[in-house]
Amino acid sequence: MEIMNGGKALMKALEKEGVKQVFGLPGGANLPMYDELYKSNIRHILVRHEQSAAHMADGFGRVSRKPGVCFATSGPGSTNLLTGIATAQADSAPMVAITGQVPVKMIGRDAFQESDIIGMSNPCVKYAFQPRTPEEIPEMVKKGFYIAETGRPGPVLLDIPKDVQQNEAEITFPEEVRIPGYHPWSSIDITDIERAINLLLSSEKPIILAGGGTIISSAFAELQSIAEMLMIPVVTTFKGKGSFPENHPLSLGPIGMHGHAEANKIMTEVDCVLAIGTRFSDRSVGTFEEFERNLKIIHMDVDPAEIGKNQTAQVAVVGDVKASLRIMLKLLVKKAFKKSEDNKWLKHVNEVKDYWRANLKMHPGEMSAARILRKLREVLPKESIVTTEVGQHQMWASLFFDVIHPGTFFSSTGLGTMGWGFPASIGAKVARPDVPVLDIAGEGSFNMTENSLATSVLDNIPVIVFLVNNFSLGMVAQWQRTFYERRMIGIDLKNCPDYVKLAESYGAQGIRAQSLDELEKAIKTGLSSDVTTVIDIPIDPEEDVLPFVAPGTSLKEMILPS
Amino acid sequence: MWAIISIRVENKPGILFKVTHLFRSRNFNIDSLTVGVMENPEFSKMVITTVGDEKQIVQIVKQLDKMIDTIEVKRLDEKKTVYKELVLFKIKLSGSSDSTEINKLANTCGAKIHNVQKDSMIVELTATPDEIKAFEESIRPFGILDSARTGVTAL
Repeated sequence: MEIMNGGKALMKALEKEGVKQVFGLPGGANLPMYDELYKSNIRHILVRHEQSAAHMADGFGRVSRKPGVCFATSGPGSTNLLTGIATAQADSAPMVAITGQVPVKMIGRDAFQESDIIGMSNPCVKYAFQPRTPEEIPEMVKKGFYIAETGRPGPVLLDIPKDVQQNEAEITFPEEVRIPGYHPWSSIDITDIERAINLLLSSEKPIILAGGGTIISSAFAELQSIAEMLMIPVVTTFKGKGSFPENHPLSLGPIGMHGHAEANKIMTEVDCVLAIGTRFSDRSVGTFEEFERNLKIIHMDVDPAEIGKNQTAQVAVVGDVKASLRIMLKLLVKKAFKKSEDNKWLKHVNEVKDYWRANLKMHPGEMSAARILRKLREVLPKESIVTTEVGQHQMWASLFFDVIHPGTFFSSTGLGTMGWGFPASIGAKVARPDVPVLDIAGEGSFNMTENSLATSVLDNIPVIVFLVNNFSLGMVAQWQRTFYERRMIGIDLKNCPDYVKLAESYGAQGIRAQSLDELEKAIKTGLSSDVTTVIDIPIDPEEDVLPFVAPGTSLKEMILPS
Repeated sequence: MWAIISIRVENKPGILFKVTHLFRSRNFNIDSLTVGVMENPEFSKMVITTVGDEKQIVQIVKQLDKMIDTIEVKRLDEKKTVYKELVLFKIKLSGSSDSTEINKLANTCGAKIHNVQKDSMIVELTATPDEIKAFEESIRPFGILDSARTGVTAL
């Protein structure tokens, strides 16, 4: 027991959780905790907008699998965080967001910079705490980290009134905490897994659908072993992209709205799917009713509430998917199971795959999306971490950028938050300074958080921004071309700003690449540089993302390039 | 389909808000809701009745169970559960025999009479929603001036 103020109790509690840095921006209501941050060993990384602090913490959390921490003040500081918190919730990313709040006695009086952030954030946090005394802080921090990183991860909010940061009290730091209503992992029922195996082995046209949960629980080796042992082809959701090496002979890539043609085609033919860590998002499955027609589903997920939410499963395996797959693997080894490589289904799958890989029409021109992204894959080291913004470039990345090393690709897939990729790449680089980190960006999305260039340069966190620039809000433009008879409105970004000059004005490196040779050189320059590099890559604004499964239609109705 | 869900929660502020917010944000309906402190004041019991198809009700129970503040969530089987609701009706008295007749009706279903005035009386009934509906129909001809009901609680 020690006497200290709430701010110091917070810093000590964060240090005990192993926090090395926080992403944040100070203001009136969190000054006392910043004063204690000043005295602590925790690094502060200053952002230029709180949304970016949340995305940085999110990127850090997804890569390190430990909650990233972000700080913001009360009122607008906290509401600016919300988009980032909601993004982390939609993609199950571990995060602890810590906001200042007006003093306890002022709560409810519409004080200056007061916002009911506990109420506002309720639907988009895994849990929220508001300590009313300094003594409560250590326990809430410990519970918060535990909740954020266990089971299905997610963001936790800690909203600390200013006087609670300032006041002194006798503080103790608990070694353990009890949360009676929280059961992050269910014990796995082996009979469910036996039923899953029987169903899988009795099916004629099986497939594995790997979702984001496969990446969160890093079940890469288990997934690969099972796929290879049973010789079952693997598709992924977009969030599950890169849970299975995309150059693997059994890989078909992502399904869904902008899935690979071969993946969507095969998905409509299968009779049984082993779905791992996925919530069957509408973007992945098209229409729920059509997807599950004539299909037996084995659903593995850590979250029992996902079972039966969007799709009806014949067999449900609730629990950590890595642990479930391990049990499945053991049972398969016991059965001494080895499927012959000469199976008709796999032969057919490969024919479909070969056909679409050879015959999918490409957009003309040297700098088409496919060509620039394949060039990037060729030049970028396989272990690099890649984030994306949100828009056409993101879907082109899904189609044309193969992830080889599992768990190196991250995107805002659930909430689809423009502006996520660049700050997230900075957070990722903090988590993994030893590997190159690159953000596949579109200029519309990059615009939203481009002022993070200041953070990246001044805090010496170099990343590469691969800016696919079509001078427009490209995805909206594509929908207006496709569904609104080219009545184009609100999409023209013109050539503004000049991204080379923008980068340079922040002290970063700006390079324009107008040919594949220039692009290769630019990527190499970025990789060998110790400062952030923005590569501006002008492309044809008329290029669409194809194939395309229109919203509200099934995977069968995929629109192909004509 | 009508379902009764019983939820044991920690007795602390903000939980009612979170439970009702969950219903709103997941597009579920609340038919009635009661809350009260349990014999152990650390806990409160919420009883929610809701209407939905089987799939929705299973989802509601799972989503409630997932909430960290809920300790125990049960879907109660109507046949094995005592479920009651308290209702107060303010009934108009026009003729001289009204009071006697209402008294008779009240007696047959165990309702209590309160606050008899010259032109109105209040009747209290604790019963199932169906029984309440039947009683309501029987007194409707007299004229119901006002009513209030607690929502269903169940064990």
